[in-house]
Amino acid sequence: MQFLTLLLALLLISAAVYRLGARHAVRLSGGTRSLHSLPSYYGYYVALWCGLPALLLAAGWMIFSPLILKSLVMDALPPDTLSLPAARLSLLMNEVKQMAASGDYRYASDEVSRAAAEHYHALHTISFAAMCVASLCVALVGAWYGRSRISPKLRARNAVEGMVTLFLIASSTIAIFTTIGIVLSLLFESLRFFAKVPVFDFLFGLNWSPQTAMRSDQVGSSGAFGAVPLFTGTLLISLIAMAVAVPIGLLSAIYMAEYAHPKFRAVAKPLLEILAGIPTVVYGFFAVLTVAPALRAFGASIGLSISAESALSTGIVMGVMIIPFISSLSDDVISAVPDALRHGSYGLGATRSETIRQVVLTAALPGIVGSVLLAVSRAIGETMIVVMAAGLSAHLTANPLQSVTTVTVQIVTLLVGDQEFDSPKTLSAFALGLVLFCVTLALNVVALNVVRKYREKYD
Amino acid sequence: MTEPLSMTASRPRIGTGSDAEKRLKARYRAEKRFRAYGLISIAIALLFLVVLLGSIVSRGWTAFTQTYIQLPVTFDAETIDPDGTREPGALSSADYRAVINAALEKKFPEIADDRRARNDVKKLISSGAELELRKRVLADPKIIGTTLDLWLPASAPADQVVKGNAQHDESSGLSEGALVKLDALSASGSVERKFNRYLFSNSDSREPELAGLLGAVVGSFYSLLITLTLSFPLGVAAAVYLEEFAKRNRFTDLIEVNINNLAAVPSIVFGLLALEIFLNVLGLPRSAPLVGGLALTLVSLPTIIIAARVALKAVPPWIREAAQGLGASRQQMVTHHVLPLAMPGILTGTIIAMARAIGETAPLLTIGMVAFVVDVPATPLDPATALPVQVYLWATSVERAFVERTSAAILVLLACLVAMNATAIYLRKKFERRW
Repeated sequence: MQFLTLLLALLLISAAVYRLGARHAVRLSGGTRSLHSLPSYYGYYVALWCGLPALLLAAGWMIFSPLILKSLVMDALPPDTLSLPAARLSLLMNEVKQMAASGDYRYASDEVSRAAAEHYHALHTISFAAMCVASLCVALVGAWYGRSRISPKLRARNAVEGMVTLFLIASSTIAIFTTIGIVLSLLFESLRFFAKVPVFDFLFGLNWSPQTAMRSDQVGSSGAFGAVPLFTGTLLISLIAMAVAVPIGLLSAIYMAEYAHPKFRAVAKPLLEILAGIPTVVYGFFAVLTVAPALRAFGASIGLSISAESALSTGIVMGVMIIPFISSLSDDVISAVPDALRHGSYGLGATRSETIRQVVLTAALPGIVGSVLLAVSRAIGETMIVVMAAGLSAHLTANPLQSVTTVTVQIVTLLVGDQEFDSPKTLSAFALGLVLFCVTLALNVVALNVVRKYREKYD
Repeated sequence: MTEPLSMTASRPRIGTGSDAEKRLKARYRAEKRFRAYGLISIAIALLFLVVLLGSIVSRGWTAFTQTYIQLPVTFDAETIDPDGTREPGALSSADYRAVINAALEKKFPEIADDRRARNDVKKLISSGAELELRKRVLADPKIIGTTLDLWLPASAPADQVVKGNAQHDESSGLSEGALVKLDALSASGSVERKFNRYLFSNSDSREPELAGLLGAVVGSFYSLLITLTLSFPLGVAAAVYLEEFAKRNRFTDLIEVNINNLAAVPSIVFGLLALEIFLNVLGLPRSAPLVGGLALTLVSLPTIIIAARVALKAVPPWIREAAQGLGASRQQMVTHHVLPLAMPGILTGTIIAMARAIGETAPLLTIGMVAFVVDVPATPLDPATALPVQVYLWATSVERAFVERTSAAILVLLACLVAMNATAIYLRKKFERRW
């Protein structure tokens, strides 16, 4: 919050300096005629010199000061505390940080941590004050420097536009950095996991029970991290979802694109898209509360025992969520098929449905396949529906009436609650995440390529 | 234009035998069937929509009211303030449960000697009633010593029985004796359903009748605010660069491939990224809307970039040519002409991306925004939950009375979505330009 105040102050100073710079430029040249750029660019020029270095300084300070503070506080700890094991020490430091942040020392576990927290708090206050003073000084010095550089010859517009271009490029590279960040963070934690559990055991093991890895002296303490039951569970649920979504989605797309009256289309299409806009947590609730009991009752009436967390109910609800996804993508590719193909087919005496099945769908097939692949990737990565409606224990089964668990369910259950980044239990979530990322990435790349290739053909 | 064979128009008679007639009829039947399949699919999809919304509305609408029970409450000076000091400290720590119990005994004199019956009847009144009484006494200590007819919130089981969500038997959590008393109360007009203030003024609670959404709404608001302030400028800047300035080369191709891929990466993966980078590396606080907002920024950036690019593409090239012809630099052309013209489209895309972000749950789970938080977060750095996470938390709760609350939370969430999407549609309709 205090940092926000500092930001606001810097912004205000920059805004004030903007006017200063613009006026100064006009005054120097005695009018706007002989200036290289418009006066406002001189204003921006000075404002940039004022605000940017100060902001960079403050940001750098915010990032690095906790590290320096931590080492300072650690140095001041008594030696017998420092000789504690690393895990205990980091716990202690966390407590210290939390107490210092809240300013509430009542719940200190002992005198040492209390003293350290007060020390930390004092240092933090000094550091923050120093940062404010330093960045404000830098802002003023920057403003003075920028103003002193102003002359009618100064190419202020080019300088300002250069900075703006830099900002634009930086923003557009965020996508690359996000991908790199995903890959690195998943890979880093996964490698730590694979140091404890062999890759082969993880990818091909048939037994998944990470929850047993609680205490080192327990029987079966190592836990079992064979992910095959999770993969089959994910596949089973996605398969059921696709069995619901592909026929319904595709047939609705065909009707919308080929048969529907424009008025009907104008009403029905947005209604279908509502299904895509509903948050998935709502679908999860729907699956648990409406679909699963209904299926169970139906099963009981015909003598089948259906689990309350059956793959079938989860898959059906997930399928409903995916219907609009398939229908709108397929609608686009079907509409993109040129009319000449249809006319040719009609001319040969084919009925509409024959034309659609044998000509339009064949021509649109790559696009439809692409949209189905995208939908599959979506089904595999879908989290909330399965977290709420699918089971937690891993069964290696192909029976849709039984409960299965999925990759995403396990990631969430492993990470909700206490996270210990030295136990394979928490790290395995990242290994699962890596598998999930790789599979969906492959599906997306293939699907996007198929769709794009197809589009180029008819454009 | 060539017309397809229609069913009523005169048919071209190529084959003349009865076989050909039959085949033609079969083909027309197939045509009809195919058409019906399409209609049936749409009907099924819409049916699901209706059932989904219907089941949530029918379960949730009752949560907007709350059952109150009218009791003659005596603010007994002996119980509340035995020392007679009228100090706020003493008044706020007084035993208000005893006051309520006394009121119940006054209403039902027959339970005074029967401990079990007394305990049964006590279960009708929510523990929130004590807070209610305390608030009244603290606001006006003069009422001590008087007797008022007050409406007190009913407990969750009583509330569910009155609303008809729970059966009128012991499965509701109330004993036979308590149910008889509840019936007696409602027969005498002392049971009423009023608007449920707690749903909007309280945060999460272990007691279903006291649990509210305020904390979650504030948490969602902070997260969304951070998402918007970061993803809108960054997304627009990236789109402007790619659409207006970038030359097509390997680098821009790489960016484009990345954006398209990120748009389809499962959101839980962004949650893992946020956990690793923001919490483990940068050491930001757990469960904070700040981190939630950062995670949602990463989730929604690709969507905003793609929408903004479409909007920029729709601005006709002659606008750019005219601006440059009058001597504008490329950046002046973009900031003065192209961006303002594309802004309605960009805003529409941003609002839709925000509507997706508000319903996004998975990335918030991994960064710990699933804690049980009783306080309303004061800043984006305080622990908080968000609306969809609250739905998840209540949905997985064992208490049956939370089913109704969950549905109500979903209705509030859906109302936010409808409002946002309606704004987007309005903007599109109002500012849409055809060139």
